[in-house]
Amino acid sequence: MAFEPKIVGFLCNWCSYTGADLAGVSRIKSAPNMRIIRTMCSGRVDPAFILKAFQLGADGVVVMGCHLGDCHYQEGNYKTIRRIPFLKKLIEQFGIDPRRLRLEWVSASEGDRFAEVVNEFTQEMRTLGPLKLPVHELMGKNGERAKHAVHE
Amino acid sequence: MAKPRLALYWAASCGGCEIAVLDVQEKILDIANAFDIVFWPVAMDFKYDDVRRMDDKSIDICLFNGAIRNSENNEIAELLRKKSKVLVAFGSCSMEGGIPGLANLTTKDDILKFVYKDSPSTVSTNGGTYPQTHTKMPEGEIEIPEMWDTVKSLDQVVDVEYYIPGCPPQPEQIWNVVSYILSGQPLPPSGAILGAGEKSCCDECTRTKSEKKLKQFYRPFEIQAKPDECLLEQGIVCMGPATRDGCGALCPKAGMPCRGCYGPPPNVSDQGAKMISALSSVIDAHEADEIDRILNQIADPIGTFYRFSLAHSLLRRVDKHETH
Repeated sequence: MAFEPKIVGFLCNWCSYTGADLAGVSRIKSAPNMRIIRTMCSGRVDPAFILKAFQLGADGVVVMGCHLGDCHYQEGNYKTIRRIPFLKKLIEQFGIDPRRLRLEWVSASEGDRFAEVVNEFTQEMRTLGPLKLPVHELMGKNGERAKHAVHE
Repeated sequence: MAKPRLALYWAASCGGCEIAVLDVQEKILDIANAFDIVFWPVAMDFKYDDVRRMDDKSIDICLFNGAIRNSENNEIAELLRKKSKVLVAFGSCSMEGGIPGLANLTTKDDILKFVYKDSPSTVSTNGGTYPQTHTKMPEGEIEIPEMWDTVKSLDQVVDVEYYIPGCPPQPEQIWNVVSYILSGQPLPPSGAILGAGEKSCCDECTRTKSEKKLKQFYRPFEIQAKPDECLLEQGIVCMGPATRDGCGALCPKAGMPCRGCYGPPPNVSDQGAKMISALSSVIDAHEADEIDRILNQIADPIGTFYRFSLAHSLLRRVDKHETH
């Protein structure tokens, strides 16, 4: 069977999630590869969420938020435009192709744009192939006690 | 009543944790009086066989420092787990890989190749002489432990009751923990972090903090830092915001940025991710080009943000396949 990438999408509640809804009610077809996680703001997406997605086997991660200036919380997405490039540098050092992490602005009225981003990104991940990280193997080994959660 | 039995061990570590224990100074005599020290390779003459002969769970408390870097570290971790009632990951290396964990930035093969062949100070003959786990000698075969490709923390190989962070743990914090145990009060729930606080390093730092807006980062040698202002506000990457308190903010008080040895603060799983979050909030730029220019001033994010915690981070080690 051909490789189908697993994609995690963090969508802001106010714009992009509504945009995804619009794509749905407008019957715009898009690739079924993305697992959507709704967050209140793209600025709510802690960098650890993204690393955790890769740790648990995501081949790519998309963060979608309101266009700059449109943030429901005024400037949440300005934090995101600094975080994502920063994280791209970090994951590249970890040995992950930075194209596997993408930031896109999708407003509530851009259902077509939503579908376009999903299709385009899914296609790109198909080309890049499955992401195999050493941590997947390390955590799967017998007897490995991965207390990855917080030390509490 | 018999004295509680105490063991101390060092795996892949520098010995600093052992010095920190001795740095409780004259109180070391109280420790020696209160406990029956049954194993402490750095200070007293014991053999592994002495430990193997002990009954299971006969050590009341074992302070284990150092990361798990080779088969010997792993073997002794498993042995001490079996023999101890309470196993404590003592210090950064044992808790989260520490400095030895930075070996996870590369591979065992690359490390051996550099050390035994390519290093400028090595004269290599016949393409380098590499250590072998088994060597035949006239008297018989000798064996040395096998180095691992990936460095691990203690809790990645055995169950651990408590953690004492720090590189090294501060002597007064060690004494706090020891005197608490000696007081006979009930021990905290398993998994607790002892000898540290519940806030971030900034909370203990005495430098003046105002609003942070950063357009320029410096490495410590590039700037003469003002003595009383927050180092991060002056553009020096200080790990304070993403590091647990408990050390007394020693480094920033002495003019050096926090390096993060006390590990992530409560409820944070990944120190580097939290540092990216913190810095992204204080970078003063709204344009992609400007953001990129500022981010490029931060040399080596992975080595800076995960200096002590790489082996215990979400991704644990660098992958050498996809981008190399």
